[in-house]
Amino acid sequence: MSDWNGRRWHDMGGQAAGPVPMEGHDFALWEKRVDALMVVCGKKGLFTVDGLRRALEDMGEDAFERYSYYERWIAAVNQNLIEAGVYSLEELATRMNEIAARGPTYAEAQRNG
Amino acid sequence: MAERVRVRAITPPGHVRAPWYLRGKTGMIERPLGEFHNPEQLAYGLPAAKKRLYRVRFSMAEIWGEAAENVTDTLDAEIYEHWLEPEDTHAP
Amino acid sequence: MPHDHPDHFHHEGVSPSGHPYRDDNDGPLTYWQRMEIAVRELLIEKGQMTPVEIAAQIEAMDSRSPTNGAAVVARAWANPAFRVRLLENASEASREMGFDIGPLNLIAVQNTAQTHNLIVCTLCSCYPRNLLGLPPDWYKTREYRSRAVCEPRAVLREFGLDLPATTTVRVHDSTADMRYIVLPLRPAGSEGMTEAELAALVTRDSMIGTGLPRQP
Repeated sequence: MSDWNGRRWHDMGGQAAGPVPMEGHDFALWEKRVDALMVVCGKKGLFTVDGLRRALEDMGEDAFERYSYYERWIAAVNQNLIEAGVYSLEELATRMNEIAARGPTYAEAQRNG
Repeated sequence: MAERVRVRAITPPGHVRAPWYLRGKTGMIERPLGEFHNPEQLAYGLPAAKKRLYRVRFSMAEIWGEAAENVTDTLDAEIYEHWLEPEDTHAP
Repeated sequence: MPHDHPDHFHHEGVSPSGHPYRDDNDGPLTYWQRMEIAVRELLIEKGQMTPVEIAAQIEAMDSRSPTNGAAVVARAWANPAFRVRLLENASEASREMGFDIGPLNLIAVQNTAQTHNLIVCTLCSCYPRNLLGLPPDWYKTREYRSRAVCEPRAVLREFGLDLPATTTVRVHDSTADMRYIVLPLRPAGSEGMTEAELAALVTRDSMIGTGLPRQP
């Protein structure tokens, strides 16, 4: 038996936590692209920012701790596009393998990269 | 909508925008914000009805009790109409 | 021999903006980067969007920065009629200045001698990004999201701002469709400054509420 009070992990307001980490970083091109894909998908009506948030929440706390902000975003964008039927999981997986074969870095893995 | 409102103390398992720390807490409507599509339906790709949205002001003392840093400090949050009930409704 | 090191910033691992470069810029291709490339290519091949649209969106986001918000704040300081319009409808006031903020619903909350405002999003990372650009990393952390609503004064002290008990703190949790910008108090000694000079006093953090404007 295990009970639960129903509080979801992302609903953080008021919880104890340490000092605010002040370090920042400049966004990499691939991160800017993830951000842009989300916004353009929204403008095209493929899904909403609410759908993005729902997918992020459903990924769970382990994903929040383990992956970076835009790593979680691309996973959530993909989740919504799969659900919307824009492409299939098989198409995605095949393409990701093709991309790995193009080269060892992000720049080299671009088509015509 | 009454001026003094309480955030409903319900705990649905999916995507909602009423934060946990405000559920069951009473505040004053600061201003109405108009109508917006319900995020609880948008989040699942469903057609979404429009819901009235309010900015509600809570005192830190109401939210945190004696743990509040300063009782005159306040917190404002946007809460959809279906998460609000009149203050005089019997608390669960 | 300082001129021998034109690439100084790279050697230090710090960009000209003072932030470290993310180490995965040049590292081995990751799973998530492969997913980004795949999703982008499939969206384009399926006719859902064009590379030009994606590039235009990146450019639009890159063009947004705290400088835009600073210009809005400076005009509100310099122009009482604009200040009234900003407090009534910050989206329209920002558009009036020519900023492309898209569908942003913006509310300006003003600091006074007695009141200090602070912005947070406890549920995710909502931020007035269409005016100020992308949020700083700390805004998205568990620590800021958790604590800003229950111990804002302790959080502000970490940002170097120690408010007296006589100041009322108003925290704004961006839980739904509105986004917020703080209209800071115009610094003493800024009388007679031009709008451009005033804008240079306005920091990003002063518009989130975790800081104050620079002193003239």
